[in-house]
This record gives sequence, structure tokens and C-alpha cells, in this order.
Amino acid sequence: MNVGYQTARSASNDQLRKLLAGAPVRIVVLLIAFVWTLPSAGLLVSSFRPPDDITNTGWWTVLSHPFESSVWTLQNYDQVLNAHGLANALLNSVLVTVPSVVIPITIAAFAAYAFAWLEFPGRRFFFTVVVGLMVVPLQMSLIPLLRLYTQMDLNGTFLGVWLAHTGFGLPLAVFLLFGYISTLPGEIIESARVDGASPLTTFTRLVLPLSVPVIASFAIFQFLWVWNDLLVALVFLGTKEEVAVVTARLAALVGRRGEQWQVLTAGAFVGMAVPLFVFFSLQRYFVRGLTAGSVKG
Amino acid sequence: MTTSAPAQTPRTSLLSPLTAGPLRVLVSLIVPLITFLALRWAFIFMRSAEANKLLVGVVALIIGVGGVWALYLVTDNLVSLLPEGVRETVRPFVFVGPALVILTAYLVYPVLRTVYLSFLDARSQDFVGLDNYAFALTSSDMLIALRNNVLWLIFVTGFVVSLGLVIAVMVDRIGRLEPIAKSFIFVPMAISAVGASVIWRFVYSFQPIQRPQIGLLNAVFTALGGDPQGWLILRPWNNFFLIAIMIWTLTGFAMVVLSAAIKGVPGELLEASRIDGASEIRIFFGVIVPYIRGTLITISTTVLIMVLKVFDIVFVMTAGQYDTEVIANRMFREMFTYGNFGRSSALAVVLLIAVIPVMIYNVRSLEQSRR
Repeated sequence: MNVGYQTARSASNDQLRKLLAGAPVRIVVLLIAFVWTLPSAGLLVSSFRPPDDITNTGWWTVLSHPFESSVWTLQNYDQVLNAHGLANALLNSVLVTVPSVVIPITIAAFAAYAFAWLEFPGRRFFFTVVVGLMVVPLQMSLIPLLRLYTQMDLNGTFLGVWLAHTGFGLPLAVFLLFGYISTLPGEIIESARVDGASPLTTFTRLVLPLSVPVIASFAIFQFLWVWNDLLVALVFLGTKEEVAVVTARLAALVGRRGEQWQVLTAGAFVGMAVPLFVFFSLQRYFVRGLTAGSVKG
Repeated sequence: MTTSAPAQTPRTSLLSPLTAGPLRVLVSLIVPLITFLALRWAFIFMRSAEANKLLVGVVALIIGVGGVWALYLVTDNLVSLLPEGVRETVRPFVFVGPALVILTAYLVYPVLRTVYLSFLDARSQDFVGLDNYAFALTSSDMLIALRNNVLWLIFVTGFVVSLGLVIAVMVDRIGRLEPIAKSFIFVPMAISAVGASVIWRFVYSFQPIQRPQIGLLNAVFTALGGDPQGWLILRPWNNFFLIAIMIWTLTGFAMVVLSAAIKGVPGELLEASRIDGASEIRIFFGVIVPYIRGTLITISTTVLIMVLKVFDIVFVMTAGQYDTEVIANRMFREMFTYGNFGRSSALAVVLLIAVIPVMIYNVRSLEQSRR
């Protein structure tokens, strides 16, 4: 990795040297990227192969004759989506995820605004509590909530999961949104107040539009968190086909059909498609959101 | 939003200190309570009506998402009707109250309750003292789980941070290829742990010796002259094959964050060291690493917390069998498979105790930032 940075006699000589010196680094990085991609590539390729081929030959063998139509099929996807109910599970995942993202953001935005710009007794204390709750493992909440839900007939309902994700996501959401909203210039907020705007008007017309970047970052983080979550979904929704989300169904399929690779490969990609799409289309916000949201408990 | 009603002078000032407290609580409760009741009603109604699922979803979305907003607006308007002296002392609780109520219901109360349950027996009836903790910290099953958690913490955190750092430094020097290489290494972060587990189950897949190997690892291993192995039942090494999955998902994350920090190292600082004749290795340890120390600590704690609670990978890959148990998976099994709520609670408390230093650190930094 010794990159020669000695001053060269001429510019072109220097450039050539840099290029040569950079080559090993470049090769190593590309090699790492290749190794990192290989496992997913294997699964993706296999998901389009006929079941017999998957279990009889390695997926890499297909690369020697990729243009024969007999080596590719869509039947695995047809099978998992319909016979194994993943189409339904996808719909459930959407139904679970959207409110589980929007509700905590709404509640957190109102609260963050109050913490930043309104005076009330206990303000500092409550905010300290929020920060303290941020890293509490959600395992601490599962048993009491499960019992409460059983009493209220909420087990296995979307409502129960939405509220659970809202509760678990709230400390981080309040913290992040507060960090942003509290740095908005005080003069703007003050002048709105002088002009007779109520706190609510200030919030909806001024604070909320200005906070779009931080809301977007948190939304992406929370979306990924909820979509990819298994634990909360297993505990409060279960694996029954009517309500189970993609991750829960997939985990159940691994348990029951651990060697039926045609099901597992296609199933895994069905579950990944949505987050991968979000990843590639919103990469910049995605990184920002993940970075910001990395302290969640 | 409306302009104030005429002030009712002496009565309000007398009223305000007495009524403000209960009113604040009341106002805090309105939004969560009504949303909850409306949604519950809608669910029960639709469940009985056997309505089309998509319709149920859309209705639920409207109530859940729109309803929350509407309730805030209504509550705020209600507060505006209050006498002037009380109004502005109650109003902040329209905004902050619902969050406080939900945090209390979903975190504060359950945490206290779980601590309490951890001192009761399996069915939460009799007090058993520290029995559950004795199980959690000394039983032979749990000793394996604790050992594995330590392995996970050391190896995942160590590899993710050091590998992420090395890749971040290298990727900084490859010019135009940088964004593409980063994307490829970062992608696993978007994949669920369940998805990642399926991907790696396939890599570790095992076929009997005469058959062609379809798992990448066994194919490479047999090509090099070895006999095919069932990697996931190969104690104690199977733990490391599970650990590799988490390293695979998190390294890209560490790389992206550290790469951003490295780009913040001033160019003059690097130039100056180079002119002084420092080698690249020395610049790395003497200039870059100290400069990004804060980010390194943050990312290490973040990864530590994630690893501590590792559940999905173990649950999907081995369900904790073959000596691959970890605390969070055992906690889940005690709860659902064995129905032992005392032990399960004690295991959750063990996880909580492990993160308390981070919690204290966060609260301290908050206190400092306030000064």
C-alpha cells in the first residue's frame, strides 16, 4: 500500500507513477467489493434457476452457458408469491410499515417542537428521560406488552404492531428531530409569535416545512428498521398467514423448508426488493438516515 | 389559532394553579387515547365484517395517519377555548403530552414491570428472589450463551470497525470508482437479517461427499482438497460462521461513516506529514486515527449495542442449537417455547444492564451540551 508521493520531475511522470502506485489499492478494493457481492449474487442467480438445477449443480456453473433459455425460469417466484403466500406477506409488510413510520414521526415532531421552543415545567427532565430511553433494549418491553395486548385483544393485529413500533422508535425520533428543530433560527420563530401566530400555526407552517431533511432521514431509517424487523413482528403478529410480514414468513419457510432452495432464494429476494429499491433511489438520504439513526436501542 | 376570549380576570388567576395540572394530564391523554379507541373500534368492526384486506389497510392508514393529525388540531383548538391564564400553561402539553404518554406506556412502565417480573417464578406468581439471575449467569446453557455473546461482541465489533476503517482509507484513493465500490460493500446493510441469513445458509450449504457441492464455501473447500463440512453444526466454529454474517452486513455501514470522517481530515495536515517524510502507515496511525477518534468511538458503541442484542441471525440459522445460543435468542425461547417469564425477564434485564454505561454516557453528553 506504499503510495509514492515523492515530487516527480514532470507532471505526466507524476501522474503515471500515481496511477501505478494506486493500482494495488484499487485491485484490493475491487476484490473486497467482489467478495462482498458474491453471496447475494449466488442467491439472485439461483432464484431464477429450475429447482433441480439448483440442487444438482453449483449456481456458478450457469455462467458458462448463460444464454440457454432452459437454464432460467420464473416459476420459483410464482411459487413463493402464490403458493407460499409471500404476495400476501408483502402486502402485510406495507400495511405494517407505512403507519409505523408516519405515526412516530408525527408524534415526535410535535414533541420535539415543544421541547425546543415552548416553555413548560419538567422540560429538561422529560428530555433527559427521552435520551436515556434511546438505548433501552426493546426486549425489556416485550413481556409486559404481550400481556397487556392479550388482555386488550390486540395480539396479532396491525394496530398493536404500529403502536409498538411507534413506542420503540419514538425516543430516537424525538432526539433527532429536536437536534434539528432546536437549531432553527430563533428570530424566525419569535417573529411568527409577534405576528400573532399560535404555536400550532408556527409548527405546521414554519417548523415542519423547514424540518423536511431530518424527517426524511429518520423516515428512511425507521422504514428500514420496521421492514427488516423480525422480533417485534414475531412477538406481536406471529407467523399466521393472514397477518405475517415478509421477514416472519421467510423465517418460517427456512424452518420448514430449509433445503428447498427454490423457495428460499426467491423468497429472500422478494423481501429484499423494496429496501434495495429504496437504497438505490435514495442512497444519499439513506446513508444520512442510517448514520443518524445508529444509536437506537 | 383563534384570537383570545376576553380575560376573566380574578377567577382565572385563582383557577390556573389548581386546574393546570389535571388539565395538562387530560390534554396529554386525549390524542393517544382517542386514536387508540378509534383504531381499535375500526379493527374490531372490520374483522367482523370480513372486509377486503386492501380496504382494511387503506381505512386503517387514514385513521392511523390522518387521525393522529386531526386529533392534535382538535385538541389544540379545545385548549384555545380555555381561559387565558390557563391556556398557555396547558398548551405545551398538547404537543409533548402524547409522546410522553406513549413513552410511558411502551418503555417506562414495561421496563419497571420486567425488572419486577424477573424476581418472580415462571408464571409470575411467587417471589423467587435471585433464582432467575442465578440461572441467567451460572447455568451451563447460559454460560455457553454468555460465552457466545462475548465472542460476537469481540469479533463483530473488532472486524467491523477495523475492516471498515481500512476499506474507508483505501476507498478514498481509488478515484472515480469510489462511489461504486462503496455501494457494493454497503448494500448488505439494506438487507434484513433474515434475508442475509438465507443468503449465507446457501453459502454454507452442505451436500454429501459424492454429490456436487452447491454451497460456495464447500465448493471452494472441496476444490482445495478438503472434505465437505456441515459448517453450521461444526462446534465451536459454527459461531464464527454466524458472526461472519453480521460482519458482512455491518462493515459497509462502518466504512461509510468512517469514510465521511476521513474526508474531514484537513489536507494540509496530511501534506505536512508527507513532507516530513512520514510513511503512509505512520500517517494512518499518527494523523488519521487520532483525528477521527470521536467517530471511531461512536461507531464502536453503536456496533456493540447492535451486536449485544443479536437475535434474527441465530434464530434463522440454527435457532440456538449446536451451542450457538445467544442471550436475546434464549430470552425469546424462554418466553415463547418454555413460557418461563421469570427467566425471560431476567435475561432482558441482563441486556439492559449491559447498555447502562452507554445510557449514562448519553445523558452526560446531553448535560454537557446544555452548559
